[in-house]
Amino acid sequence: MDFSITSDQRMMQESLTRTLAEASPLDRVRKFAGDLTDKGGDIWKAMTDFGLAGIVAPEEYGGLGLTLLDAALASEALGRAVAPVPFMGVVLGPIALMRGGSPGQQAEWLPKLASGAVMAVAAISEPIAGARDGAGVAAAGGKLSGKALFVPGGMAAGLLIVADRSGGLHLVRGDAAGLTRILMPGIDETRRLAELTFDGVAAEPLGGGPELLSALRDAGWVLVAADTLGAAEVMLEKAVDYAKERRQFDRVIGSFQAVKHMCAEMAAELEPCRSLVWYAAYAFDAAPAEASLMAAHAKALTSEVGRFVARTSTEVHGGIGITDLLGLHFWFKRIGVNRQLLGGPERVREIAARIQGLAA
Amino acid sequence: MDLNETPEMAAFRGEVKAFLETHRDAYAQGAANDPLAWQRLLIEHGYAARTIPKEYGGYGAEPDILKGRIIAEEFIAAGAPRGLAGQGISMLVPTLLEVGSEEQKRRWIGPTLRGEIIWCQGYSEPGAGSDLANLQTRAVEDGDDFLISGSKIWTSTAAQAQMMFCLVRTEPKAAKHEGISYVLIPMSTPGIEVRPLKTMTGASEFNEVFFTDVRAPKDQVVGGRGRGWFVANTTLKHERGMLGDPNATEARLNALIELMKTETVDGQRVIDNPVFRDRLMQLQGRVLSMKFNGLRLITSQLTQEPAGLAGLIVKLQGCELNHQLAALAIDALGELGILYHDGPHLRARGSWQRNYMFDLGLIIGGGTAQIQKNIIAERGLGLPREPKPAVL
Repeated sequence: MDFSITSDQRMMQESLTRTLAEASPLDRVRKFAGDLTDKGGDIWKAMTDFGLAGIVAPEEYGGLGLTLLDAALASEALGRAVAPVPFMGVVLGPIALMRGGSPGQQAEWLPKLASGAVMAVAAISEPIAGARDGAGVAAAGGKLSGKALFVPGGMAAGLLIVADRSGGLHLVRGDAAGLTRILMPGIDETRRLAELTFDGVAAEPLGGGPELLSALRDAGWVLVAADTLGAAEVMLEKAVDYAKERRQFDRVIGSFQAVKHMCAEMAAELEPCRSLVWYAAYAFDAAPAEASLMAAHAKALTSEVGRFVARTSTEVHGGIGITDLLGLHFWFKRIGVNRQLLGGPERVREIAARIQGLAA
Repeated sequence: MDLNETPEMAAFRGEVKAFLETHRDAYAQGAANDPLAWQRLLIEHGYAARTIPKEYGGYGAEPDILKGRIIAEEFIAAGAPRGLAGQGISMLVPTLLEVGSEEQKRRWIGPTLRGEIIWCQGYSEPGAGSDLANLQTRAVEDGDDFLISGSKIWTSTAAQAQMMFCLVRTEPKAAKHEGISYVLIPMSTPGIEVRPLKTMTGASEFNEVFFTDVRAPKDQVVGGRGRGWFVANTTLKHERGMLGDPNATEARLNALIELMKTETVDGQRVIDNPVFRDRLMQLQGRVLSMKFNGLRLITSQLTQEPAGLAGLIVKLQGCELNHQLAALAIDALGELGILYHDGPHLRARGSWQRNYMFDLGLIIGGGTAQIQKNIIAERGLGLPREPKPAVL
């Protein structure tokens, strides 16, 4: 029995962290956040050079052929860096094609996704998180009509994986006629969410049945959970560093138990999340019978713990914590948005109950 | 990450299952018919005292965390009793193995493992709780003996115990941590008085023990005079590991799920109430996270890498989680949860109510939640200690 990540996985994660420190330091993130004309092309280039675009795509199509656990470790590194990289679609696109695509669809799209020439996104919010403002997509006669909201990376994507109201999945080309995209200005400016409107848009159905949507949901939950884990780790580290350095009443504030216990509570809550995220990611490939339940709990628990860490870390920083100058808010907002993406914890836990037959 | 079992471990699991099947008559409903005979049988087969050397009365196997885990899992699955526990086996025996003299090991370990000697632990005092090193029970030299006076508190099993392992101050002039010795004392020695300490559960899970000129031979000091603080610390870590055991927490969660599936309010199962269901799911997520945290700890023991924060948080988080599980069970029972003593409506013999109260004691005992947070912050996160206050 080995419940740990391998040295290769650790090295991959550390290497990605270094690459992000070069390509997407906080100043670069700030510029992306404040300038909608900034598409982050240089950051995406660094990510594709790293191989991130093909992380789960099979090697025969030019990908790395790695597992969801590897992708989750990458997601954690991206969360740590609050990087403006729409990673969920990068992973969900190839998974959708591998599990539900025809040989022709796989041959056409997987090489492009693996190389980073085309970026994929998954528009699956409505059947997972629930439809807001009457959104939802109807499929009829090979055409899609309706709206899909809250699509991370949806403004730039060249390939869309779209869920219809009944849970069926479709491939849509980014340049398809009748597709319009509007930015949904969000609180976390490191991610750009799109409102997609389909007006009789040509689409190719994907196979795989209802299990495919469940698989995309589970993988999405794990990736979001890992992103929150990474972002929350940084908030804890920053709080601890600040508490060791900031002096009041002739002492560093980290020597006051009132402050040190806030840090201890953050660590005590966050550390078990890492194990749950690892296991949920591992189960996706290695223990399919448990995968959905574990993914749900990973998503829900990191959402709750992430919120606690985000507010507590900000409080440890005192007044400077809420300023734009410090930039702590980028992590705070990232965690806040992750909580709601693909369903808030209440909804996800209800699905968790259903998965194990404890709810109708 | 690979949680598949090797053929060797699968074969070992088969052996344990076969043993439990063969000896099913020796235990029923989780209790052994003859606990001492069951204990001897377990030692003989290596399911108790597994890694204790043969010459001291153990089974003499090499330490193997995975086999230990398989034994625990199979015993839980079969509902079989794990053999004797208690502070003699869990705390004194590891201490003697680490720092005891050859004579002490040969004399005490075997009978303790076989359940022939029950021990109690004399550590805490009325004025030495979280600040344990402040203990004041003093031992004054008198020829080959010490004469011990003072008192201990929170002493479980003192009324049944034949022996106590006890921390006493032998060097009053030495610094706080340097003046303590770890002594073995027969409870039948004149001058020892045991008074039961009744707690809010209604039971006396603890005792107070009073010493008046109690004579204890000097050769029953373990690990050297003045070394008692360091001797005790070698085994306190075992105690913290036991408190917050994720397997026990998972068993409690499963019992809670069953409870919520069977109890009804106005004919509706509690589990069908969305508020209760959500509370259950919140706790399930936490239980799972601690379960996998436990697997991570086992792996770090196997690879001998430091476990860091994953180990430091177990007592704090595990005990809190157990308490919350009991709290939800009581809420699920509603007014049934206010019953406590025998009666036709009482559920699970009042165990949820008792656990809710007793577990609060476990949050406080074995290093309070606040002490645990200091440990996490100082050893885990590198935050500085609270400075000593100016003398008031």
